[in-house]
Amino acid sequence: MLIEKLQERFGAVLSETGTTHGQDYIIVVRESAFEVLRALACEPGFEFNALSDLTAVDWPERSPRFDIVYNLNSLSRNHRLRVKVQIPGDDAWVESVFPIWKAADWLERECFDMFGIEFRGHPDLRRILLYDTFEGHPLRKDYPYQRRQPIVPETDPIVNPIPMSR
Amino acid sequence: MSLLNTLPDYVLTTKTDELLNWMRKSSLWYMLFGLACCAIELMHTGGPRADIERFGATPRASARQSDLMIVAGTLTLKMALRTRLLYDQMPDPKYVIAMGSCASCGGLFQLAYSVCDGVDKILPVDVYVPGCPPRPEALTEGLLKLQEKIMTERWLSRGNASHNGVTAA
Repeated sequence: MLIEKLQERFGAVLSETGTTHGQDYIIVVRESAFEVLRALACEPGFEFNALSDLTAVDWPERSPRFDIVYNLNSLSRNHRLRVKVQIPGDDAWVESVFPIWKAADWLERECFDMFGIEFRGHPDLRRILLYDTFEGHPLRKDYPYQRRQPIVPETDPIVNPIPMSR
Repeated sequence: MSLLNTLPDYVLTTKTDELLNWMRKSSLWYMLFGLACCAIELMHTGGPRADIERFGATPRASARQSDLMIVAGTLTLKMALRTRLLYDQMPDPKYVIAMGSCASCGGLFQLAYSVCDGVDKILPVDVYVPGCPPRPEALTEGLLKLQEKIMTERWLSRGNASHNGVTAA
């Protein structure tokens, strides 16, 4: 029911719609994603007034490489929707949805931190969990899983133990 | 006839080192330093059932008042910087207990990009308590082991490393 309404309203900009695991999803092209999301948040019949989660998925063998996933929830109409936007790896940006949902602030910062996706229009796009001197984006599949970037000098406690202060 | 037998009954004799160590081990104030789920067990250990306070250990909110740092939980690389700072703020003599697998060796998160695998890479650790998380009994045992260790220290001959009982600088 929701899917039909969405197809009727947005039509051409939806590249795919469907239902998996009991939840409806739509895939939107990047250029019109912001307009679609704003309409979903504001228009009667949709009223998705809560952004439950915003994250990204890395598909290293696929083109386009990244999925940006918005999990929307409507508290007034009690329905949910998953919106996906596919973006290429060498041009990884998407419009920030901070003007629509304030909850997007930290979620987009985390997504930037972990995947290195640029959210255009975000007021303060900095790392949120990792430290500023961290290089790379650890949840990308091509990040070497054994790489360590300590910010305090570390010594091997068996070969070269740190002396007791007393 | 030794000197001891000439003293009246109400006089106790002891060695200065033993007296100092006994006083020190009986008032190990530990810093509240919960980093992850081990902190729950740490709180439980300070609570009425395990009651670590009967051994003289009481929680302090400031590093400057503490003798003992119980590193309770996963040490991330970002927190390692602060941990080193807090350790440097503690007055001597100071002791460190690595509580649980994460503080001892990184535990479950050893291979993660953001986790320091073992607090002993940045601090000298006195006692390691295994477990994930350790039960309050285990942490109490760790504290008692630390007290045993403190009783072996020599304070009057501190300059002489061979008498110190611990690794000297």
